[in-house]
Amino acid sequence: MLRENQRRFKFDWLIIIIFLLLVGFGYLNILSASHEGEITSYFNMSTLYGKQSVFIGLSLVLIILILSLEAKFYERFASIIYLVALLSLVGLFIFGKDVNGARSWYGIGSMTIQPSEFAKFATSLAVAKYISDLQTNMKTLKDQIRVAAIIFIPALLILLQNDAGSTIVYASFFFVFYREGLQQIYLIVALSVIVLAVLALKFGIVISGVICLIVLGIRYFFRKRKRGSLLQYIAVFLLAIGFSYGVKLFYQHGLKPHQQNRISIFLRLEKDPVKLEQMRKREAYNLIQSEEAIGSGGLSGKGFLQGTRTTGKFVPEQETDYIFSTVGEEWGFLGSSFVVILFVLLIVRILYLAEAQKSQFSRVYGYGVASILFIHFTINIGMVMGLIPTVGIPLPFFSYGGSGLWGFTILLFIFVKLDSNKINEW
Amino acid sequence: MRKLLLLSAVILVGLAFISRLFYLQIYEGRSQDIFEDTAIKKEFNYPKRGYVYDRNGKLLVANQPSYDVMVIPREIEDMDSTKIEEFCKFLKISKEEYDKKLKRAKSYSYRLASPFVQQLSKADYAVLQEKMRKYQGFYIQRRSLRSYQTSIGANVLGNIGEVNRKIIKKQPYYKLGDLIGMQGVEKTYEQTLRGTKGIKFIQKDRFNKNIGSYKDGKFDTLPKPGKDIKITIDAKLQAYGELLMTNKRGGIVAIEPSSGEILAMISGPSYNPNLLVGRDRSKNFTKLYRDSLAQPLFDRGLQAMYPPGSPFKTLNALIALQEGVVTTNDRFACAMGYRYGNRKMGCHAHHSPANMNIGIYESCNSYFANVYRRIMDKYDSPAKGMDVWSKHIKSFGLGNYLNNDLSVGQPGKVPTSTTYDRGYGKNRWYTTFTLSNAIGQGEVLATPIQLANMAAAIGNRGYYYTPHIIKEIEEETIPTRFTTPNYTTIDKQHFEPVIEGMFDVYNKGTAKNLKVEGIEICGKTGTAENFAIIDEKKTQLTDHSIFVAFAPKDNPKIAIAVFVENGYFGSRFAGRMASLMIEFYLRGEISRTDLEDFVLRYSLEHEYAKPYSGEAFGINRQTTLEAIDEEELKTLNALKLDIIKS
Repeated sequence: MLRENQRRFKFDWLIIIIFLLLVGFGYLNILSASHEGEITSYFNMSTLYGKQSVFIGLSLVLIILILSLEAKFYERFASIIYLVALLSLVGLFIFGKDVNGARSWYGIGSMTIQPSEFAKFATSLAVAKYISDLQTNMKTLKDQIRVAAIIFIPALLILLQNDAGSTIVYASFFFVFYREGLQQIYLIVALSVIVLAVLALKFGIVISGVICLIVLGIRYFFRKRKRGSLLQYIAVFLLAIGFSYGVKLFYQHGLKPHQQNRISIFLRLEKDPVKLEQMRKREAYNLIQSEEAIGSGGLSGKGFLQGTRTTGKFVPEQETDYIFSTVGEEWGFLGSSFVVILFVLLIVRILYLAEAQKSQFSRVYGYGVASILFIHFTINIGMVMGLIPTVGIPLPFFSYGGSGLWGFTILLFIFVKLDSNKINEW
Repeated sequence: MRKLLLLSAVILVGLAFISRLFYLQIYEGRSQDIFEDTAIKKEFNYPKRGYVYDRNGKLLVANQPSYDVMVIPREIEDMDSTKIEEFCKFLKISKEEYDKKLKRAKSYSYRLASPFVQQLSKADYAVLQEKMRKYQGFYIQRRSLRSYQTSIGANVLGNIGEVNRKIIKKQPYYKLGDLIGMQGVEKTYEQTLRGTKGIKFIQKDRFNKNIGSYKDGKFDTLPKPGKDIKITIDAKLQAYGELLMTNKRGGIVAIEPSSGEILAMISGPSYNPNLLVGRDRSKNFTKLYRDSLAQPLFDRGLQAMYPPGSPFKTLNALIALQEGVVTTNDRFACAMGYRYGNRKMGCHAHHSPANMNIGIYESCNSYFANVYRRIMDKYDSPAKGMDVWSKHIKSFGLGNYLNNDLSVGQPGKVPTSTTYDRGYGKNRWYTTFTLSNAIGQGEVLATPIQLANMAAAIGNRGYYYTPHIIKEIEEETIPTRFTTPNYTTIDKQHFEPVIEGMFDVYNKGTAKNLKVEGIEICGKTGTAENFAIIDEKKTQLTDHSIFVAFAPKDNPKIAIAVFVENGYFGSRFAGRMASLMIEFYLRGEISRTDLEDFVLRYSLEHEYAKPYSGEAFGINRQTTLEAIDEEELKTLNALKLDIIKS
């Protein structure tokens, strides 16, 4: 009995401590970013920080719930959880509520719930379940297509609800697939696609074509043994040109104007000073303000509740997607670096534990958790600091919002539970 | 390998983020200065600048309100061309000017305020005030400009002008567009006069709306008004002196010996201080600044250093008495000069041999050459003698800054043994090498204010108060260095014979024609040779006319030094002006109208034009006097009546 008890609390406390630090520090910043005037009560439900207090309290309840369920439950019910998540996404088309042009919320009284936040862990469970099936082989095209379908269905539903940011998150499963045996050529193609797209937009098709030609040429002449036929090379080249052209067309006609401008700002495509000035006031406004707020923090920041730009709410969405700008202003280089390091530590720890799992299901799920956190962390902080074009997704555990917090909490703590159970698995 | 992809990606991204943070927060690190924070609006409240009164309580400098349109480039909203045109119309500028001004403001700073259009007229201000809200990023700043209640004393009063970036860097109190004292008392009493501006920090939101005071007004301050000051200048005397200096270049400094207060401080040519107020300020300033011939901005009373000439002889007489090397009765022969070696220091025809009294009132070079040699020869080496002599001279405030409260000044020059050691080599020079010092030529240089102070020290029989311009500061006492006497190294009893000699200058000496009935004036004439470089050739010009005096003989009320560029011998211009100034100050009217008529009637402008005429010209004895036309003389006389009446 004693051994049973000890085992029950053999959770990875490092992950739990990092989680608590992130949520706690995040709360302080939400408080700073959303308070107006005196802070009367931390549970004042008419304020955002008051609501967040409740969200955090509920998430603690969720954690206890998750940890007290049998570990096997998650593997056994993965498919059902996935189906429920898909249904909730589909249901949005009927019962959903439009907020800022995206139909991503259910309204229940004054509360709103965003099912896409929960679809992430559901998809992770489904992917883990499918891949860990003994009959699945990630090297076969059949399984690749099936597992791709598992992530494409929720991704597509979310895209149709006009939430492009959350859709991109599903690309993170690439890391999972690659770890589980996806061929290297996919990685090469994926990287080439990104590089080609940037080249085509930034320098035009001719230059991107020339660069393609040079790269292919070098490969052709220096790999005399297994270089394959010239025809293959020509085909790849034509494909690249076609792709470049397609990217250009898509940029010009496929994207919505605000998306187009975000990319234009990031790649500095606009040269017309009048239009640039306009962009400074519109699409680039958030970025300029957020860089300014972060920059004004200096080494140690202006102090908790002391940020002038935070107080003046200069950065729109500063309590949600742009919360990191408040961290930058009030806590400075030291505080912001601390947050970055916490995230890196958390993800590295999850990866380390995932590799140590005996069950493939746990390992794949752990990888999924790490990948999702990684893509959120990279895109969110990258966007706030101008390293990545603007994509509106939250910073896990930090950004204001119940659905987001609960989604990430469930995502993380299912893994904590799975990990604590590894000793029982044979 | 497959395991490492995500791991390395995570670490790479982490490093990239920390580098980016380092770049944004440390390397590029925006200033932490609240004044550069555009989220905080700074509202300045400029206090009233202190008024300036003359010694008799006459108001000289007051204030007038002025309104500047300021701009913070970052906060300007998109304006279409019709809105800009409309704004330009209110500001009375063209679209091109608008663009140019905006570019200049941007080049200074995007987040700090720059002046955009300065000193609006009252009518423009009234119109604009209503509309200003429409033009975000622009606002109106009220300031206080000077309003001069007089046309005199530009060099004394000074002026206020916009701070430049160099000043802002050194004194962060000032922000672009602020005004600061540039010359005269405005500069030396800047802190007292300006007061302290009040600041309100206001937290703004991103729509530029005020959302309350920053940190509950913890840093807000109320404006502290500037203090009024009373200066030692006698406005009437100053005006009269400036009138006398019309058409001449030079300086007059008059001091009250019993206090060291500067009664008048004239520099010719002068200008109307109102030229440096308002929108034409910079244009007028440039004009004055660029006038390299007349140099109206050069204060000749304070900055012009010349060999003092004969007035300096009085100090040599005092030193000789103090050192005990002559008695007042010792006589020295003068045969039209003093011979030493194969050289001769010339003199003029007069009674010989001369004792001290004759030596002074006749200004005998020979007498002073002998006296000077006796001082030097008292000591074992010329170096020792020179240093003793030098110390005595310096005790009269010569050879160094007076440490006063004037914005400009020059130390003058008094040689010591090191001066000659440097020139000739240690111990390789003799008294004869330095003999010119005996008659105030040689290596000695002094400014008119130093000479006036010297006269005050003689009049006081051995001490002087540091000459100063401040008389009273509201609720404050003036610095003690202006109220403690500085003693010379000469004992009191030695002054009487020298003063007697200076008195006789008026009775029977070089200034006997300048006597004013009923006033006992002691004085000493002087001339200073001077040179200019013309076509790369050193050319002698007509001597400067110098006069030093104090009156009355006992308990003097005024000590004065007058110096007129190229005025020739001492009594011709400087002496006349000294007598007139003294009489005017002591009596408020002029009995020697003949002297006055001479000074007003004759101009020296033709003399100043000579070196630039390109033609050969005569100096000193070969010069003639040139009168101004009757019309102009009438105007000057009318001005004089105004001064007396005022």
